[in-house]
Amino acid sequence: MAKIGFSNVRKSYGPTEVIHGVDAEIADGELIVIVGPSGCGKSTLLRMVAGLETITAGEIRIGDRVVNDLEPRERDIAMVFQNYALYPHMSVFDNMAYGLKIAGVPKAEIAERVAQAAKMLELEPYLDRKPRQLSGGQRQRVAMGRAIVRKPSVFLFDEPLSNLDAKLRVQMRVEIKTLQRRLGVTSLYVTHDQVEAMTMADRIIVMNGGNAEQVGTPLAVYHKPATVFVGGFIGSPPMNFLQAARLQASGLLRKVAEVGGAAGALNTVGVRPEHLAFCSEGEAVLSGKLMIAEALGAETLAHVELDDGERMIVRIEGGREVPAAGARVHLSCTSEHLHYFGADGKRLPD
Amino acid sequence: MSGMVEKRGLGIWLTHLGLIIGIAIICFPIYMAFVASTVTQPEIARPPMPLIPGPHLIDNYTAALTRGVNSPVLLMLFNSSVMALGITIGKIVISIISAYAIVYFRFPFRMAFFWMIFLTLMLPVEVRIVPTYEVVAGFGMLNSYTGLILPLVASATATFLFRQFFLTVPDELIEAARVDGAGPVRFFLDILLPMSRTNIAALFVILFIYGWNQYLWPLLITTKPEMNTIVMGIKQMFPSGDDIANWPVIMATTLLAMLPPVAVVIFMQGLFVKGLVESEK
Repeated sequence: MAKIGFSNVRKSYGPTEVIHGVDAEIADGELIVIVGPSGCGKSTLLRMVAGLETITAGEIRIGDRVVNDLEPRERDIAMVFQNYALYPHMSVFDNMAYGLKIAGVPKAEIAERVAQAAKMLELEPYLDRKPRQLSGGQRQRVAMGRAIVRKPSVFLFDEPLSNLDAKLRVQMRVEIKTLQRRLGVTSLYVTHDQVEAMTMADRIIVMNGGNAEQVGTPLAVYHKPATVFVGGFIGSPPMNFLQAARLQASGLLRKVAEVGGAAGALNTVGVRPEHLAFCSEGEAVLSGKLMIAEALGAETLAHVELDDGERMIVRIEGGREVPAAGARVHLSCTSEHLHYFGADGKRLPD
Repeated sequence: MSGMVEKRGLGIWLTHLGLIIGIAIICFPIYMAFVASTVTQPEIARPPMPLIPGPHLIDNYTAALTRGVNSPVLLMLFNSSVMALGITIGKIVISIISAYAIVYFRFPFRMAFFWMIFLTLMLPVEVRIVPTYEVVAGFGMLNSYTGLILPLVASATATFLFRQFFLTVPDELIEAARVDGAGPVRFFLDILLPMSRTNIAALFVILFIYGWNQYLWPLLITTKPEMNTIVMGIKQMFPSGDDIANWPVIMATTLLAMLPPVAVVIFMQGLFVKGLVESEK
């Protein structure tokens, strides 16, 4: 069990800097999800913790040790890869035992630890099989088993569920979370799927373009996104954004002195789809045409094109009646549900 | 496609007839050699040549194996086996190690070395045979197994084949091994080598036959009959001038020379085909 610390961690490939100084502290036993679009540097950051990428500048600590110059095997970590990276010629047992064998653990203890992990992961009937004889979900478990038997102080997960089908993904999500709780091992989990991030994380690190834009609990990130990017990335469907100037006449904006492009001035307003509602023309803040309504059963997502051509998504409960496609609709919202961002994309103080 | 599979009637007979004629054309000389190895010398010399096997099979083969013409065939078979196995194993070991170095290690002039190895593809033994002979003779390796094997061991083809295979091995595998604590040697022995076994088997078959069929090189550097390999030894059995060739023994030797490569192909066929068509992921 260990804490992980990042201080001003940077990574460059030649002259190109891909991670621009990440600072974060991860508590013992926490499950941290690093989420971001592809190319944001999240996998690179994880691989730097694993020791598979060098650290250009800054410092990564695991426990009390600075691990910058340590080999992966000296860092007391275990990693689960996106494509599982099982050794194809070894049985499930040998796959799980390989790390222990190299570490010189006595045979009897290896057998016991593998048996324990296999039981935990319901892999007992498959110990003699080769990876190619297993389904995707089972391979995923073997990869987890290989990590568990080593009893590391940190688990690293690199998009472990993205090769599974949707149903299995939901199931494995819960299993990984449960298992991590039970073992209490500090974990870093990289994904591009914000639903995984929201459901699994104790805290989320949202990355964009090599920066950690926000570190916080899932609900904090959802309710108080630190930047326009975070607001648009976390939450499905994403937050709607409007130029603040458009709402100036509505009287909804509060406590903001200045609207415009200057630093510190209010520039963009965000509102979650569930905080918009259809209303009569008299109460309307915004008006436009309903393009399409996606009925998902529990909820309906209405795509509205405003008069100036901007698109908004409105989420309404499934039972409610929805205007016909092409109809003119009016939207309202309340001021406490608005998020205020400056011209630099950063959240303004409430 | 389905039309080809479902063809019935006259067509199928014609195609089979074609195949049978083809096989007969290939097999007839071998059959002739077999017949010739079972009769006596005068019977072969007198036209027409016999087409039915004679009664001297055991005599002729015993004579070939134990006495031969210049040296016993048994000895030549042994020499050929040593050379073929030496070339095969040497080539596989050296090329898999150099491919490992080229694919997995960053060292200065890595690509330059790769292209240098690759260039040797354009210089087969026959092209560099005179300077190679000079070197081998200078080392005093004429009439030795080392001299037979060493100049043929370096192999660009095998290095290239292993390199292509290693490039298909996912990077995550080596990373998983690193996290598991395996160093470069362990990764090579525990993971890469077992994964390459079908490739190794395929190469073994190809290279064994290549080594077994070497003709010009052994002809050049072995002057003593007891160092003759079988493929060149057959040529040495032909008499010079007006001597009478002992055709039954020569034909018996020819057939004996075919057996080891055939055996290797038959026994390793399964792995061989697997190695050429599928890669295990």
